[in-house]
Amino acid sequence: MSDAAVPPDDTPAPDQPPNGEPDGSAPSAAERFDVFTRAGGLVTPILTTILAFFVAGLVVLVTTRHNPLSTYWAIFNGTGLTWFFHPGNYSVHVPFTDSHVWFPFNTNGLESPTTPSSRAAYALQQTLLLTTTLIFTGLAVAFAFRCGLFNIGGQGQYVAGSLAAVWVGSSLAGTGALPHTVLAVAAAGLAGALLAGIAGLLKATVGAHEVVVTIMLNWIMFYTAQWLLGPGGPLNANPFTSTSADVHENARLPVFWGLGILQGAHVGLLLGIVALVVYSLILNRTTLGYEVRAVGFNPDAARYGGISVARSYFLAMAIAGTFAGLGGAMDVLGYEYRLAASTISLSQIGFLGIAVALLGRNTAIGTGLAALLFGALLTGTSQKNLDPAIFKPELASNLSLMIQGLVVLFVGADLLILYAWNARKKVRRREEARPQPEPAT
Amino acid sequence: MAADPPVLELHGITKRFPGIVANDRIDFDLRRGEVHALLGENGAGKSTLMNVVYGLYKPDEGEIAMKGERIVLGSPSDAIGRGIGMVHQHFMLIPVMTVAENIVLGNEPNAAGVFLDHATADRRVRELAGSFNFAVDPDARVQNISVGQQQRVEILKALYRHADILILDEPTAVLTPQEATDLFEILRSLTQDGMSIIFISHKLHEVLDIADRISVLRRGKLIDTVPREGATEEGLAQMMVGREVVLQIDKEPATPAETLLEVEGLEVEDDRGLPAVRGVTFEVRAGEIVGVAGVDGNGQTELIEALTGLRKTKAGRATIGEHEVTHDNVRERLEGGLGHIPEDRLRHGMILEFTLAENLALHDYRNEPDSHLGWLRPSRMIAAARRLISEFDIRGGRPTSKGSELSGGNQQKLVVAREVSRDPRLLIAAQPTRGLDVGAIEFLHRRLVTERDEGRAILLVSLELEEILSLSDRILVMYEGQIVGEYPPTVTAETLGLAMIGGGLEEEKVA
Repeated sequence: MSDAAVPPDDTPAPDQPPNGEPDGSAPSAAERFDVFTRAGGLVTPILTTILAFFVAGLVVLVTTRHNPLSTYWAIFNGTGLTWFFHPGNYSVHVPFTDSHVWFPFNTNGLESPTTPSSRAAYALQQTLLLTTTLIFTGLAVAFAFRCGLFNIGGQGQYVAGSLAAVWVGSSLAGTGALPHTVLAVAAAGLAGALLAGIAGLLKATVGAHEVVVTIMLNWIMFYTAQWLLGPGGPLNANPFTSTSADVHENARLPVFWGLGILQGAHVGLLLGIVALVVYSLILNRTTLGYEVRAVGFNPDAARYGGISVARSYFLAMAIAGTFAGLGGAMDVLGYEYRLAASTISLSQIGFLGIAVALLGRNTAIGTGLAALLFGALLTGTSQKNLDPAIFKPELASNLSLMIQGLVVLFVGADLLILYAWNARKKVRRREEARPQPEPAT
Repeated sequence: MAADPPVLELHGITKRFPGIVANDRIDFDLRRGEVHALLGENGAGKSTLMNVVYGLYKPDEGEIAMKGERIVLGSPSDAIGRGIGMVHQHFMLIPVMTVAENIVLGNEPNAAGVFLDHATADRRVRELAGSFNFAVDPDARVQNISVGQQQRVEILKALYRHADILILDEPTAVLTPQEATDLFEILRSLTQDGMSIIFISHKLHEVLDIADRISVLRRGKLIDTVPREGATEEGLAQMMVGREVVLQIDKEPATPAETLLEVEGLEVEDDRGLPAVRGVTFEVRAGEIVGVAGVDGNGQTELIEALTGLRKTKAGRATIGEHEVTHDNVRERLEGGLGHIPEDRLRHGMILEFTLAENLALHDYRNEPDSHLGWLRPSRMIAAARRLISEFDIRGGRPTSKGSELSGGNQQKLVVAREVSRDPRLLIAAQPTRGLDVGAIEFLHRRLVTERDEGRAILLVSLELEEILSLSDRILVMYEGQIVGEYPPTVTAETLGLAMIGGGLEEEKVA
């Protein structure tokens, strides 16, 4: 009566890919996603990461004859996470107040950047800045994924957000601190939403593939930024450096640790954490999230259920774009305070969001952790933070790119990793199955 | 024959899974040249038993013998090596490859050590198909051939690997009646050549048609093994379900009231833009079941999709209750009193990755009490799901289980539960019992009659003539996109069958 009472068959039993004909075709994306999710929570992403570091370590060993472990240790030292290794008994200043409280870690004394703890603190602030932005660009990819859309346009949406933030932030002089910040942040979110919304709208109305459209929009934003910021451009304030005007003090995101001028950690990190919560709430607790997930898993069934698939595509892209646009605001209002055409040409953080979402498996917690991993990796391999005696930083940044690439590769090879993981069990089972010699009957 | 030991014997096979005994001391034997049917409801343990035979599961107790010699099967390749071939319900073919490539896959003739020797592969497959009189083209791509032919390719795959025992897992579930008849021809000729066949099914009439002996499983236990001679559908059904099953539904004559569905001159195009429904006019009244009979592909699917809002209507009108719905979207029709049991429950009826509670809320998640001002209320959804699961006897899952954890029959019950519980005025049921076992079919048929008696209008579209005949109060026959006849439920299957292939066109044209 109930097949579910009988445990899972190894043979493909009644559950068949949702939109597959019964013809033995390859597993659908949704099915693969399902296998991946069910395969044991954290196991696969952790294995993916370890495998990526392991392979990269082999490359380090073969090409530079450096000990990969000491290289990784140096990178780890450069991430600033060692700051947590110096717990103590400190009276620290509570941000945005005049009071002091007891805290196990020293957030004071950044003025003397010679002690290991202070150096680590600087590096950690860098890590947190990157983590913040990566949370947003990661969510931009993850949200679209949950609706069955592949948002490659995080970079363009991030740029759109950055431009909007710098425009609003550097104009409207005299606006109060909170309203100005809120306005600039909102403008950035809206700009990202509008840009991604174009892709959503085209997908919903004429079926244009979102991957193609978002890639084209990335280039459109790239050149738009060059024009806006370049000599004679509307946002240009310095024709020699192709930079914008500075963001007014009032529009900047308050720094809660360190100094703004030294790129201290700003409240964007808290906004990032709030964004993770919002992401999870929208998807799991709202009717909109229900629709987005239904369309992502099975658009046919969603349509049958009375859900407008086109509307879901549009809204999912717009929300995804909002996340990426907010990521742009975090950087511009948090520590950059101005935009340069050259910064935009070099920026990759929107693309890195794809890796973050993939490794984080489109969950809120996973995206947060993956953002921290990639943020730390970028900081740890930067010129400023890596000990050049151990590993050349210019090589290290390539190492960082390689690890990112390997992670994406292995996430793509999810089933392979699962297979390797399950192979252990199978070997064990086979040993059991290989029986004691049987007496002939 | 009696002197020969059976080609396959199972003694006291027990297979346990956490929390359940899937096979409980089962004895089974297969003689050379016979078709031995394994009959049982979904989840009775048929597949588990066959996976033991195919080497996928190791039994916890019991032993397997072939031709009197005790063996241990560690993997499917062991089983294949010993001449056991299995054709799964869902085929394991690669659509983009040719028939010949699929057949030789895993055992390819090589040229120069690395390349597939196409010519040899082709020749061998041609010889093999020829020797068994199979009509398949080795050069055709699998994606371009019919499901019936794909199944033949699967059988050829097993024969290519020198199988002399063939396990067929619900082989007719995906076939049209004609394809099923052809399959039986093939199976008969295979057994004459000395092949032994295990035929898994839950369709009684098929088993009585093809099998020499029939073993019935129920809840992991072997109930009995009986020869075909003397077996009856009623007797087998009772063994399967464990109680008496009413195959013929008793129902009062219908008392049709107001018209709830009115269709006028409806024209609908198929995916390729060709006319699929060509001017259809009919009505369904409250308190009656109108059956639409027809051979698959005569516009029934397009008709249903147009009526439920999944497909655009090209011309004509459809009215549900008092409201014209011709150009309404799905949501508007659902809110207007439409219930829809879709043809393909895996594609349309449910989202396998969603929980049962979420699936049951597929139409009403946006309404109170499942949500409030755009916020879902999971606890209410779960409470509602718990009620429906017990009312409709959905087994094998809790409200928070994934849809994919349910068996096919229970998935269908879930769909029915959702559609009926919304209290629709008009219920459109497309192939509501496809792939279900007798117990579930009986449940569904009773439920449809109950819903009729409560005053709903029911439009039943089915390819099963028996289902149409036993449930409908009026029968429409659809042929080439038109309704070619209307019949009372007392019509004979022969008359309907003739009309379904266009024979009734002259006498009783309605449209």
